[in-house]
Amino acid sequence: MPAGRNVLLFLSVVAACIGVASAAAADGWVSSRGLYRIAVNPSLDPIPINRIHRWMLEVETAAGAPVQGAKISVTGGMPEHDHGLPTAPRVTREPSEGRYQLEGVRFHMNGYWEMTITISGPAGRDTVVIPVQVR
Amino acid sequence: MIRGEAFRITILLAAIGALAALVFGEIESAGRHSAWTASELALLRSLSIDSLPPVPPEPSNALADDRRAAKLGQQLFFDPRLSGNGQVACATCHQPGRRFTDGLPKARAIGTARRNTPSIVGQAYSPWLYWDGRKDSLWSQALAPLEDPAEHGGNRMAYVRFIATDPEYRASYEQVFGRLPDLHDERRFPPAAGPLPDPALRASWLAMNPRDRRTVNEVFANIGKAIGAYERRLLPGPSRFDAYVQAVVDGDQARQREALAPAEVAGLRLFIGRAQCIQCHNGPLLTNNEFHNTGIISYPGDLPDRGRYDGLRQVDEDPFNCLGPYSDATTDDCSELRFARRGPELIGAVRTPSLRNLQGTAPYMHKGQLPTLADVIEHYVTAPEAMIGHNEAKPLGLSRTERDQLEAFLRTLSAPVAMPAVGESAP
Ligand code: HEC
Ligand code: HEC
Repeated sequence: MPAGRNVLLFLSVVAACIGVASAAAADGWVSSRGLYRIAVNPSLDPIPINRIHRWMLEVETAAGAPVQGAKISVTGGMPEHDHGLPTAPRVTREPSEGRYQLEGVRFHMNGYWEMTITISGPAGRDTVVIPVQVR
Repeated sequence: MIRGEAFRITILLAAIGALAALVFGEIESAGRHSAWTASELALLRSLSIDSLPPVPPEPSNALADDRRAAKLGQQLFFDPRLSGNGQVACATCHQPGRRFTDGLPKARAIGTARRNTPSIVGQAYSPWLYWDGRKDSLWSQALAPLEDPAEHGGNRMAYVRFIATDPEYRASYEQVFGRLPDLHDERRFPPAAGPLPDPALRASWLAMNPRDRRTVNEVFANIGKAIGAYERRLLPGPSRFDAYVQAVVDGDQARQREALAPAEVAGLRLFIGRAQCIQCHNGPLLTNNEFHNTGIISYPGDLPDRGRYDGLRQVDEDPFNCLGPYSDATTDDCSELRFARRGPELIGAVRTPSLRNLQGTAPYMHKGQLPTLADVIEHYVTAPEAMIGHNEAKPLGLSRTERDQLEAFLRTLSAPVAMPAVGESAP
């Protein structure tokens, strides 16, 4: 196999991992300063292209206690293409302690996306970047 | 919830799994048809009509999937009596023989419309209608041309009266939507009225009791709902491209060669690869139905079109939108409208059209600025600066041959419309 092909293959594997990691329903992320742990459950899995849907966000403190009443905002985009989301998703309710309903999520291109979730809770303000592979 | 360490292990396992899948996928596809990698094949399948899901529900129209509503809608769509001068039907501009377009740069009926007539085929999949997305459902869209002075040039009071007085329409309407209101009292329901620029029509409309206005709006909305139920059934049929994808999936070389010539396959490769068309023209309808600025030059004599920037404001204020009183939807059904993106990047952005309606629908783009497909490809190759806003597409280095290949591929997407089965066919 020529070297160029190997590099490509490696890149696809990296991309594929990200895809696998983000598509699974209950994977967890730790926010950048370590204040919160967050899990995301998309209402459609695998995340489809061009279909609006919801995500349930589960937010815990570093110690594992659900975080109630946090202010959460979400932005996103495709870093490679330098553009944002086609919609403006918002958290609309907290159906139970530490669980937040994010509505209005849609991805309109195949490829690698990042969702940046900013959590302002009792422990302070912190962000987490969630990779999403859409195909 | 998976914690940090577990998460890393997941990644590692996933990496191994993905590597294996890719390597084996690669070898397997190389053995079978030597052309497409596993990830390319996934892209091809995503574009195939076989991936088209059922027409999505339209909660704002309770009768969207009602057969009798669709039949009534079909009659209305082709009926020129539904106009101010008795000569304009939807089908005047959306001609079935031209894939529901009209062959003109800008549509013409009573006057000249602002933009190019798009096809209606496959539009039921789009959350937004019109080039600028100023409508959010087929039924609500259908109301606008009826009152546009350049298009059907009528008014809602007259349309409602027409349905109520024509015995055939009256019967089919009442079968589908229930009893029509009693419109006999002309002091309450004048012969002509509507919230229109025309001062006389507007004055009569404003003179009406708000409850009566609401009654008229309800029937008017139902006219739209019937038409929308018909339009939902207009879908693209399978094309040569779709036959090719199936043949690739089956590993059948002979059928692949039968479906597409080598130049067309080369064009397909460019489309999903170097030419980046698939960024916006994706999914089985080859559109993301999203709004993009692609730097199309403005129509001679027109100011540059602000597109979605204005369209979003209009749909927000539209009483016939998903959240309005004439919609059958709950708030939860109106996610597209509630979570629509705003901002200056929408200036000059228009909706990506499907590429399944290219045959016989020239000229192209929102005001028919580009006469041929070759011109369209030339435009993407140069990717000029946008007149307003910012062109999202980047210039492409494509040779003469490659441009021809890309064009040849676009032509393979054409196929006859899958016509609706709602009783007798279109007149
Ligand atoms: C004078 C010609 C004309 C007539 C008559 C007309 N249309 Fe259109 N139609 C257009 C034009 C032009 C557009 C695009 C306008 C724009 O985007 O601003 C359009 C857009 C549409 C769209 C949106 C398609 C898309 O890609 O977003 C639908 C659906 C549609 N028309 C249905 C109808 C129906 C239903 C009727 C009859 C009630 C009708 N039209 C009457 C010219 C016409
Ligand atoms: C950034 C998103 C984007 C990309 C990338 C893109 N398009 Fe488009 N395409 C659009 C939009 C938006 C329009 C409508 C533009 C307008 O009317 O002003 C359009 C219009 C078209 C049309 C005209 C269709 C019609 O019915 O009028 C064709 C054909 C087309 N594109 C082909 C291509 C090809 C081929 C490529 C790749 C070289 C490509 N597009 C890349 C967004 C895109």
